[in-house]
Amino acid sequence: MMTELSVTASSIRITDVTQDGDILTFAITSQKLNSSGGVCVFRTYEDFDWLQQNLFSQENVPGLQGVIFPPLPPKVPSPLNTASKSLKQLGFLALGHDWQSYCKALEFYLQQVATHPILSQCKALDSFLTKSESPGKQRGRKGILNRLSQAVEGMRKESHKDVDDFFQKQRHKNTNLAALSKVATEKILDVVLTEQKLALACGHFSTCLHLCVNQDDEAAVAFSKICLKLSDIVEAVKRNFEKVANNNIATLGLGLDLEARYEEAEKEMLFRRTCKLIELETVKKNTEKTKANKRDVMEEIQKATEKEFSLISSVAKQEIERFHSSRVTVLRSFLVGWCEKQLDTAKECAKLYSQYLDTCKNLFSE
Amino acid sequence: MAASSERSPPPFPDSEEPELLEDSDSDDGAGVFTGTSISEMDSPSPVDTSRTPKDIFNEPPEDIFSDPLSDTNSEPQKSVDTKISSPVSDEDIDLFSDPLDDETKIISPTESKNPVPDLLNESLSNSEPPKSDVIVEPSDISKPGHKNDVGDRRKDIFEDLPIDGNKGVSIKKAASSELFEDDDEDDEDLFKEPFKAVSKKPSGPPVDVFTEVKSEGKGKAQGKNASTDLFAEEAVTAPGAKSSAGAGSKTNGVHSEEQDLFTEATVELSLDSPRNDRKMKDVVKPPVSTPAAPGMSASGSKAASKTLEELEEEESEDKFDLNISITNPEKVGDGMNAYMAYKVSTQTTLPMFRRKTFTVRRRFSDFLGLYEKLSEKHSQNGYIIPPPPEKSILGMTKVKVGKEDPSSAEFVERRRAALERYLQRVVNHPSLLQDPDVREFLEKEELPRAVGTQALSGAGFLKMINKATDAVSKMTIKMDEQDVWFDEKIQDVENEEQQLRKLHLMVESLVSHRKELSGNTAVFAKSVAMLGSSEDNTALSRALSQLAEVEDRIEQLHQDQASNDFFTFSELMADYIRLLGAVRGCFDQRMKSWQRWQDGLNMLQKKREVEAKLLWANKPDKLQQAKDEITEWESKVTQYERDFEKISATVQKEVIRFDKEKSRDFKRQIIKYMESLLLSQQQMIKYWEAFLPEAKAIA
Repeated sequence: MMTELSVTASSIRITDVTQDGDILTFAITSQKLNSSGGVCVFRTYEDFDWLQQNLFSQENVPGLQGVIFPPLPPKVPSPLNTASKSLKQLGFLALGHDWQSYCKALEFYLQQVATHPILSQCKALDSFLTKSESPGKQRGRKGILNRLSQAVEGMRKESHKDVDDFFQKQRHKNTNLAALSKVATEKILDVVLTEQKLALACGHFSTCLHLCVNQDDEAAVAFSKICLKLSDIVEAVKRNFEKVANNNIATLGLGLDLEARYEEAEKEMLFRRTCKLIELETVKKNTEKTKANKRDVMEEIQKATEKEFSLISSVAKQEIERFHSSRVTVLRSFLVGWCEKQLDTAKECAKLYSQYLDTCKNLFSE
Repeated sequence: MAASSERSPPPFPDSEEPELLEDSDSDDGAGVFTGTSISEMDSPSPVDTSRTPKDIFNEPPEDIFSDPLSDTNSEPQKSVDTKISSPVSDEDIDLFSDPLDDETKIISPTESKNPVPDLLNESLSNSEPPKSDVIVEPSDISKPGHKNDVGDRRKDIFEDLPIDGNKGVSIKKAASSELFEDDDEDDEDLFKEPFKAVSKKPSGPPVDVFTEVKSEGKGKAQGKNASTDLFAEEAVTAPGAKSSAGAGSKTNGVHSEEQDLFTEATVELSLDSPRNDRKMKDVVKPPVSTPAAPGMSASGSKAASKTLEELEEEESEDKFDLNISITNPEKVGDGMNAYMAYKVSTQTTLPMFRRKTFTVRRRFSDFLGLYEKLSEKHSQNGYIIPPPPEKSILGMTKVKVGKEDPSSAEFVERRRAALERYLQRVVNHPSLLQDPDVREFLEKEELPRAVGTQALSGAGFLKMINKATDAVSKMTIKMDEQDVWFDEKIQDVENEEQQLRKLHLMVESLVSHRKELSGNTAVFAKSVAMLGSSEDNTALSRALSQLAEVEDRIEQLHQDQASNDFFTFSELMADYIRLLGAVRGCFDQRMKSWQRWQDGLNMLQKKREVEAKLLWANKPDKLQQAKDEITEWESKVTQYERDFEKISATVQKEVIRFDKEKSRDFKRQIIKYMESLLLSQQQMIKYWEAFLPEAKAIA
């Protein structure tokens, strides 16, 4: 089961996406670890899901339940072209031309899995990245059922008091951050959508100005010129909005979305640990209740559970630390990238505007 | 534009003109100037023609008033003689002998040939003192009441315009043209009569006349030349800016000037005989082109164009002599009887007002009352009366109820700005400014309470306009439009209105989206701030709260931009939708006048039939009465026809003026808009630049 990944994690890219009916196929390229050769495989969302399930259900990995699994983006709802529906379910990932953001999110997911110290050992990952044939689909549904049952139990168990102060705090903070980052993502999504609407409105306005052109007499021609100029300007404003919106999508939007999903993944991990804790406590109680003849067996079970729990807890601690430091770096890079892009756009636009202003002044003083 | 360039006379070598202008400016340019004029027979003539209008501007009223125009043909001969004597008297006059030629021809040769040339000479060579003299003289002649006014204005012009020497000419021209604008309403009729006579005389196309004039040299100017002058005089009645604009352009000024003279002259002609449709259609185009034509030539030099702009400004007499601002909206009274009072402040140098600055308090219904008075008096003359903003019951009720919410503050500000624009449009109209009611509105402390403005409120006002337009469309069917210009213009105005409505909707949606964006940005900023506050990593937390601040500022930017969008475009469009309604009202008035004329014709026809019957029935006793009636109706019909022609001319002039104003308004707004866009973009850059190090500081 344990194998070294044969490709470099940082070289994993989703280079292309093709749409065939309702199925999106992603082209995934990566660089071989020990040679200069590259690998290119084609995967559908089902394959991604298969990989995720494989990661969930790995055997012989101690403390697997303490791992924060990189979040796999939700499935694109079919049919593919209902924008409003996919926007509702995917949020940011539905935006961007040609599923760009979605690809970016999948790519990020693969990279995260491949850099993870425990998960990157999984055989399924290597075969997912290198085998040209599609991996099996037989074990697809299980994970989803897991999650559903979790949700039902969640309400009851989430508020369970922790024995460890660290985890108690973490759980509290995580709930907080998960909610807040989700809200922030939604809000910036609203901003982006409004920017897109504005771009559209600008487009309409500029087209409409074109209709005002009238060549009947000189006064009309002069006025038409003004209209055309204004149309150009509005067009520039439109392009600015589009760029700003795209910048928002590609950087901060994706970053916040990822952050929100990661917080969610951390929450799940913490929840799994809490479940284990509850299990341990029930076992302890049972042990106390049981009669002497069965006590040994129960103590055995209790010990095993305790061991498992402490293992999970230690893995979880590492994972949380790892997650926290990596999320700061990731957020930083998104924020810096975002700021730089917006700055560039703003500068570019200001330059364009001042050019327009000059031409306007010259044109109109004629 | 193409049309105008076709029309321009064969170009003179460009290089010479600036030189000439400069020469004329230097103190003793006489020698140099005469030198060139001798060496090149061609070069003085453009200069001379370009000067002509100016000279004419100063003199013509007298000329036209006193001289029966039929005489003009014979006069020039005399004037040529006299002119020859005048140059000799002064060395400087050589320089101007050419302009004088023309001038003397215009001026009735019997008087004041020498003094005028002298003054002109001086005015060109030493820049300041004599000018006022020059002007005083013509204003003396034309209308004593305007003397001071004109003098003042001219001074203003000189103070305000950045002039290096060569522009002196153009400025003078502007001033004098302006001078005439004032008069032209009064003089119009006087001008008109002679024009008719003249317009018949040059039977060939005007351009021919002109080229002939040009080809004839200095002293040879004969009868033809005289007619050129007449044309030039006519130019006086046309909007002064055209000629002044032409003069303002440095590079090509002389050419366009000549052309301007002609084109404008032709407008006047066509205005007088609006039913020459075929010819007129052709003739009308050039004047419209003129504002653009000189601009093309001037595009090279910024300074020149600046002057040009300012000259244009003067033409409409706004900002310059009369500055109106509306400030301090204030709620007066309580409850449902409350109303908003606005402070109307006027700054002016116009002598028609008693003081230079004054303020009055007016309420909204006073503005409506002013509109009613003006439209009662002037709309039948074919003037475009700028409509006031509509009454808004909803908005006002909110204000009355007295809630201090942002929407009512916005409403008040919006109305204040709309009223200000309305009033500025009124006073920008040269003839409306002369109206005593306007003056009273601006000056008088207490106005009688305007009543019956309710009819103008909100929907009622719109309904009224719609009714009027309905009536127009019905009448259009009856009136077979003989005038191509009007036919097309009416169509254009309707199309334009529809397009503007569409644009208005677009801008509205743009504004609402911007507001939405600003709202969303604010919410986002808040959520980022919360995210930041519950963040463990201090650097990240700091960066996030900084980001929240940045987003807050950006929200403010969006909000400002939304109101910018609104005030620069949305309100502009709304204004022009209303104004186009007023334009249609003008067409309506013209149509009514036509109707009356036609009715008169029909009546006359009937009367003639009655006469014929009586004649046939041999009833001499009633015959006399019938004949009397016929003469009565004949005179009536003539009157109606004249009325119709007059209103047609006015409407046409008004619409041309309106188009120009519109272009200028839009230009101004676009530049304003661009400036605001640029500003907010620069602001944005600053914000990002400030944030970038914060983002990078995240460890």
